Amino acid sequence: MPPSNSTRGRAGGSSHPPERRPIFALTTRLSAFEFTLIAAFVFVVLAILWWLAAALQLVPPLFLPSPRAVLARLFELGRSGKLMTDTLVSVYRITVGFLISTVLALPIGVLIGSYRVWEAAIEPLVDFVRYMPVVAFVPLTILWTGTGDAQKFLIIWIGTFFQQVLLIMDNVKTVPREFINLGRTLAMPGARILTRIILPSALPSIWDSMRISLGWAWTWLVVAELVAATSGLGYRITTAQRFFQTDTIFGYLLLLGLLGLVTDQAMKFAGRRLFRYLEVR
Amino acid sequence: MDAPKLIIAGVTKTFHGDRDDIVALSGVDLEIGENEFVSLVGTSGCGKSTLLMIVAGLESASSGEVTIDGSRVSAPGLDRGVVFQTYTLLPWLTALGNVEFALRAAGEDGAEARRIALDHLSLVGLRDFASAFPVQLSGGMKQRVAIARALSYRPKMLVMDEPFGALDALTRQHMQELLTRIWEHHRLTVLFVTHDVEEAVYMSDRVAVMTNRPGRIKTIVEIDLPRPRNYNMIGTPPFAQRQRRVLDEIRSESIEIAALGETTG
Repeated sequence: MPPSNSTRGRAGGSSHPPERRPIFALTTRLSAFEFTLIAAFVFVVLAILWWLAAALQLVPPLFLPSPRAVLARLFELGRSGKLMTDTLVSVYRITVGFLISTVLALPIGVLIGSYRVWEAAIEPLVDFVRYMPVVAFVPLTILWTGTGDAQKFLIIWIGTFFQQVLLIMDNVKTVPREFINLGRTLAMPGARILTRIILPSALPSIWDSMRISLGWAWTWLVVAELVAATSGLGYRITTAQRFFQTDTIFGYLLLLGLLGLVTDQAMKFAGRRLFRYLEVR
Repeated sequence: MDAPKLIIAGVTKTFHGDRDDIVALSGVDLEIGENEFVSLVGTSGCGKSTLLMIVAGLESASSGEVTIDGSRVSAPGLDRGVVFQTYTLLPWLTALGNVEFALRAAGEDGAEARRIALDHLSLVGLRDFASAFPVQLSGGMKQRVAIARALSYRPKMLVMDEPFGALDALTRQHMQELLTRIWEHHRLTVLFVTHDVEEAVYMSDRVAVMTNRPGRIKTIVEIDLPRPRNYNMIGTPPFAQRQRRVLDEIRSESIEIAALGETTG
């Protein structure tokens, strides 16, 4: 429509150069600010929809509590200290479980990504275990280790380790053959090529894999806490369900989402700092 | 001529495929003298890169042998500096770091490694870019760092696999001049693979033309043009004449391929 086109051009021209960017085109780039703005907008819209649905009583409060009720409950739990203890317990479990898993997956993933022999020995086995549903291990792990922290670590490990090994293996395999050949022409021994060339070369993508698998680790932790625990975010959710405290459940779900979002963004940020050499200008 | 620096004697290479074996090289003989610049040209798929990989020690010959200064080549080694077509600069190291990386592998360390690395960056005109990361360098600059790196640990010879193949025409020309200048000042033994005949004639003492697969050395064209060479020589009758000879040799090979294609296809 030519008329609207020209008016928009003039309106934009008052403060900015009359440049129109097609927002929905495949190659359009966004500034960090625009990106954040759009992301925040979606959150706000969903929050408003939620508030509307609750205010108009479209759904009974038992199923969908109002935002105000959820926030009030979160504040109450925060004041009593329960929120903090639950979060700390879960964060402690995820940290230890995830670290154990990563520390073990890293050397094995690098090894089977680099040496065909080790791939043959380990990769099919990992694939086999990977397809066993993690939830099915919950009863077994309780039998083995009880319902304490050790069982949570074990479930996180079972859920993340095998995935991580495969992800890291793939990351390592994308290291250019020429880099390895460079090491060979410099007469570097295999182990040195592994630590000086392959590992640093794969590290940025390994970092991304870790970021993604951390999300899964959270899922497995909450699953473990839902089934059998005496503390933690998942435990609080199960207890709340027993007393029909839907607001607590909602509050904790939001908290879990927030924790995930924050750690994910933090890892993205740290990755950009660590691997600045990939985008320095 | 003294005893040859590099001797390639009866080298064959067979790749074992699932259904057929592919004979890439059959009986390659080539000798390169001390401080000689020899280019290897041929139709694509003639095995020139395979031969280079064997000399570099990255591939093994099925039979025959390669010797440098009389000792047999069976693996990669610091006696050969290799420059690949892809620049192979490690992205997490600066230009200086990349050269130092090679020096460290060669046993040089600390201040001495830094001095040698800076010297070699100066040699390729990149001293001011010592602290730049590869992502900040153009293709030509990256390849200059790679050349500096390959020269830094003083190998007995340079082995180069289409090093300027990915560069635009103008950059390529600068790189040819740069490498020629370095070669003329420092005298190196170089085995250089290219598919660019002009480049081969401009830089080389001799150009070895390979046959189609299975590759052998078909003929060797002496490039007895005076040195130092410069870009104005290109197009002069003596230059064009030698370029023509190399081209004719390659052309007769590619005509053969086309004829084969017609009879079998």
